[in-house]
Amino acid sequence: MPTPFFVLEVALSGLLAGLLYSLVALGFVLIYKASGVFNFAQGALVLLAALVFVRATEIFDAMGPATVGFWAALLATMAVMVLVAAAIERFLLRPLVNQPPITLFMATIGLTFLIEGISQMIWGSRVYTLDLGIPDEPWIIHGLYIGKIDLFAAAVAIAMVIALAVFFQFTRIGRALRAVSDDHQAALSIGIPLNFIWVVVWSLAGMAALFAGLVWGAKLGVQFSISVVALKALPVLILGGFTSIPGVIVGGILIGVSEKLAEVFVGPVVGGAIESWFAYVLALAVLLVRPQGLFGEKIIERV
Amino acid sequence: MVPISTQGQGDRSERGAPALLEVANVEVIYSHVILVLKGVSLEVGKGAIVALLGANGAGKTTTLKAISNLLKSERGEVTRGSIKLEGRSTTDVTPHDLVRQGCIQVMEGRRCFQHLTIEENLLTGAFARSNIGKSVREDLDRIYQYFPRLKERRKSQAGYTSGGEQQMCALGRALMSNPRLVLLDEPSMGLAPQVVEEIFDIVGNLNRSTGVTFLVAEQNTNIALRYASHGYVLESGRVVLDGTSDQLLANDDVKEFYMGLSGETRKSFKDGKHYRRRKRWLA
Repeated sequence: MPTPFFVLEVALSGLLAGLLYSLVALGFVLIYKASGVFNFAQGALVLLAALVFVRATEIFDAMGPATVGFWAALLATMAVMVLVAAAIERFLLRPLVNQPPITLFMATIGLTFLIEGISQMIWGSRVYTLDLGIPDEPWIIHGLYIGKIDLFAAAVAIAMVIALAVFFQFTRIGRALRAVSDDHQAALSIGIPLNFIWVVVWSLAGMAALFAGLVWGAKLGVQFSISVVALKALPVLILGGFTSIPGVIVGGILIGVSEKLAEVFVGPVVGGAIESWFAYVLALAVLLVRPQGLFGEKIIERV
Repeated sequence: MVPISTQGQGDRSERGAPALLEVANVEVIYSHVILVLKGVSLEVGKGAIVALLGANGAGKTTTLKAISNLLKSERGEVTRGSIKLEGRSTTDVTPHDLVRQGCIQVMEGRRCFQHLTIEENLLTGAFARSNIGKSVREDLDRIYQYFPRLKERRKSQAGYTSGGEQQMCALGRALMSNPRLVLLDEPSMGLAPQVVEEIFDIVGNLNRSTGVTFLVAEQNTNIALRYASHGYVLESGRVVLDGTSDQLLANDDVKEFYMGLSGETRKSFKDGKHYRRRKRWLA
């Protein structure tokens, strides 16, 4: 029988891993909320952001002290992500305006290959190391092991979610974003410029991708398989709801914790390796009971 | 029947002041093949309420969308003719800039943002304005004076309010952009007669007190002509009749086809259809 302490340790590691998923899922939610499109390219954006950051760090490190270099690289990468967002709006979204969501979804699949291909041309396929200056050694609190990077990631995820929730709820542009997600045409008719809104949304998704890329890159190294972690975000989205920003956090935690607990307690019964598919089964169960997710917007239907 | 001249608001053009909105010979084609408007011309004078009448599919909504430049996002295109707002062509103006110039459309079916509260809906209407902050607050209070019911419901999600409240919300949202011309599409749709009366009453009051011009597309001919000073009747993408409201209300065709009143002898429906078809070719 496992001790409560062991259960706690497993749950905690799951919680931190789950918040890492949340970070990736956040990018999906932003774009889905504003355009009703599932952005398949989010994983590729994570990869791109990490690669750009690595290159920018190299350049700025050569020029000055390391601490300045980090922030300069961060700002430069943010600028690049905004430019990428503007380019996507101009060359992908604008020509496809008013097409059904499935067309846009297909376009984002194409975008994935484009981004990965271009990245490979520029950076090759080797694994880059990304150093955030956080030592890869755990804190030990009363015998509990907590990875410092995990903790950093959790803090970043929560901070981003709070910042975005405030932005969406209380600012003029955030309100316009929600309006666009409710009804494009009506938003257009009252003078909300959709092109501008899309650049904002994709830029925000780019920022989310950047932070996800930093954390995952620091943990695993910056490599092409990073874009696959995006798939881990899928069950998080289904659980938390595609349209809810706070839902991303809760969904991430639930997936992370249940996945780790299942691995430890159910795994031995079915022969292990449950972690790789448990999240998807959980998502399936949620779809059956509550299709909009735990926190998704309720579909309002007046009778 | 009484022939009606097509110089609708002739007295105004004689004085030389340009109308607020001039639509001349506009032809609209959807998806490159479907011809919907076949040369529609109309004029809306400053401070007027003008009704755009006609049955389903006559082209009322398309006319309004051609004016507000919302056709492009629906694969529609103005292929001929010109639309001028205060003498300036609106062809290449984005809906955003058009709203800034004072022309805004309230779409058919209200189209409130369902998940936003009533107040948030109203505030989105001010998005295109350049002056933000205090004056937006003042305008919000002004809207609440026109629509006291919206004030009561300001914290509820628009999706959960009644049809009449949503229509008020959509109208209020448009007014938040400080418009000079409101294109109001089918405000009576799906509303109880009493509520329709209430909405038109508000439109009439707004027009008198603030001088906002309205172009109202309506199927409910009776009520639209009671509030409007002029009317245009569309049929299959053409203007077949126009004139002052009194002229139109007195017109036998309008009475028969759009208000369900017939003259002294009751004609059979079959004859009526035949008659109407002939009339269209003559027009």
